[in-house]
Parts: sequence; structure tokens; C-alpha cells
Amino acid sequence: MRLPCPICGERDIREFYYQGADVALNRPAPDAGDDAWQDYVYLRDNQPGEHRDLWQHESGCGSWIVVSRNTVTHEVSGAKLAKEIKRTKA
Amino acid sequence: MVDLIAKTPMDGFVPLTLGNVTLSEMAAGPVTSISPFNDTGKDLSAALKTAHGMTVPAANRSTAKASARAIWFGREQFILMGCEADQGLANYAALTDQSDGWTVVTLKGAGAADVLARVTPLDLRSHVFKKGHTARSDLMHMASSITRTGDDTFMIMVFRSMAGTLLHDLQRAMEGLASRG
Repeated sequence: MRLPCPICGERDIREFYYQGADVALNRPAPDAGDDAWQDYVYLRDNQPGEHRDLWQHESGCGSWIVVSRNTVTHEVSGAKLAKEIKRTKA
Repeated sequence: MVDLIAKTPMDGFVPLTLGNVTLSEMAAGPVTSISPFNDTGKDLSAALKTAHGMTVPAANRSTAKASARAIWFGREQFILMGCEADQGLANYAALTDQSDGWTVVTLKGAGAADVLARVTPLDLRSHVFKKGHTARSDLMHMASSITRTGDDTFMIMVFRSMAGTLLHDLQRAMEGLASRG
């Protein structure tokens, strides 16, 4: 499996560290309430199909990236810098 | 003050040739890590050009002037090696002296890329990884920096403490390739 790092180009998966769903980019406010935090920490949709994960290009450039991939076909359709995604949202 | 004896990370290592590939230690000289204070780094690039005759290297690239070299080393970070960094650069970037902190070797010969292909997942084909291109990647289990400095020459950097492991891994890869004739 190879991942398309936005900085380094396509690289072998051994260079990456896997974090999990990109939910960490949508952290609730500290006072958002127990339900929002319960949802954020524990609940995942786990739907088959398009999925967005956080990976770090650990032994490459060090960037955190959001990789879009399909859990049914295993197709990797793209990756963006987590920094850029957060900046666009802000 | 006691006058300490400076030793390179692979002190006493005699260049090793197996098949058509030679591994040798390289005298890196001063090594300075440079991280620009802001994203664009334009002022820094101008200052580097004035002081050292090189521009700030783009991602996965290196620039050189005479025996000095600027090598991209990660997000918003590069290293200057082979010359003392001009202190004026400190106005635009954080400078950290890392001299003697890195093991630097060169791998030279027609089979150099084939040896490296046994220890790193990088695509080292000459039309992809050209002269002056650099990458941070794994070298077996080590974090490394690999730069193509010539058609059949690579410069490899790992932490100083990993010198023995680097020699072990590269020598095994060289032996493996050489035994195939």
C-alpha cells in the first residue's frame, strides 16, 4: 500500500503512522457537554465505503495528513495536509 | 582545558568496496539545522543567498555551492552542512548546531541504487530520484536522510549513535548484491 503525501509524493506505507478517523479535527469545545464528548471519544459510524483517516508521515516530512480511502475497494483517492483542512475550516 | 581528540562517528573505518559499490565515510564539517520563523521564508532565502550563495531548498530538494550544501530535512526545516552558518540567518530562522551529531556516508558505484533499494522503500530510479533530490525515509529501522549527489552516488545521514547499525545494514545489503554477481 502506498499513500500520496502532499509534500513528498507517493510513499510506502512503512513511512507512515496511523492515527485513526479524522474525527480529531472536529474536537468539541471543552464545555460542549457529555453527549458531544461521548460521541467524540467513543462513537464511530464505521460505514463501509469512503473513509477519511489521519496519518502522520513519520519517517518522511513529519506532516499530519488526511487520507481518503475506500474501505470496500481499498482505493486511496487522495490526501490533504491536516493543517490546510483546519485552516480552511477556521 | 583538556584538549579532547575529535573522532568521526565511524572513526577508523576504511572505505569498503564490494562488487561495484564503495561505501565511505564523509567528513561533513559543520552541520546546522535551520527552521524559518515564518511560512514563506523569503527573507531567509535572500539572506542565505547573500551569505552562502544558495537558495533555501524546496521540499525533497537540496542546493549546493562549492563544498557546502543545503538539504531539505522535513517540514519548514533544512540543514546547512560543510560551512559555518552565517549568524545573520538567526534573524529569520532558528539555528541549531548539530555538528558531530550525524553519521554521514557516501555510497558510490553502478549498483549503489540497488544496494539502497534493499534497505529503503524509496523509489530511487534515476528518472524519479534525480541528482540533487533528497528524501527523509526509513533505512531499515532507522530514520535517515538520503540525497542523490551524483549519477551513481548517494549521501546517507543517520544519527551519530546509529553508525554501527548503518554499517551493518549497508554491508549486508552490499554483500547480498555482490553475491548475485
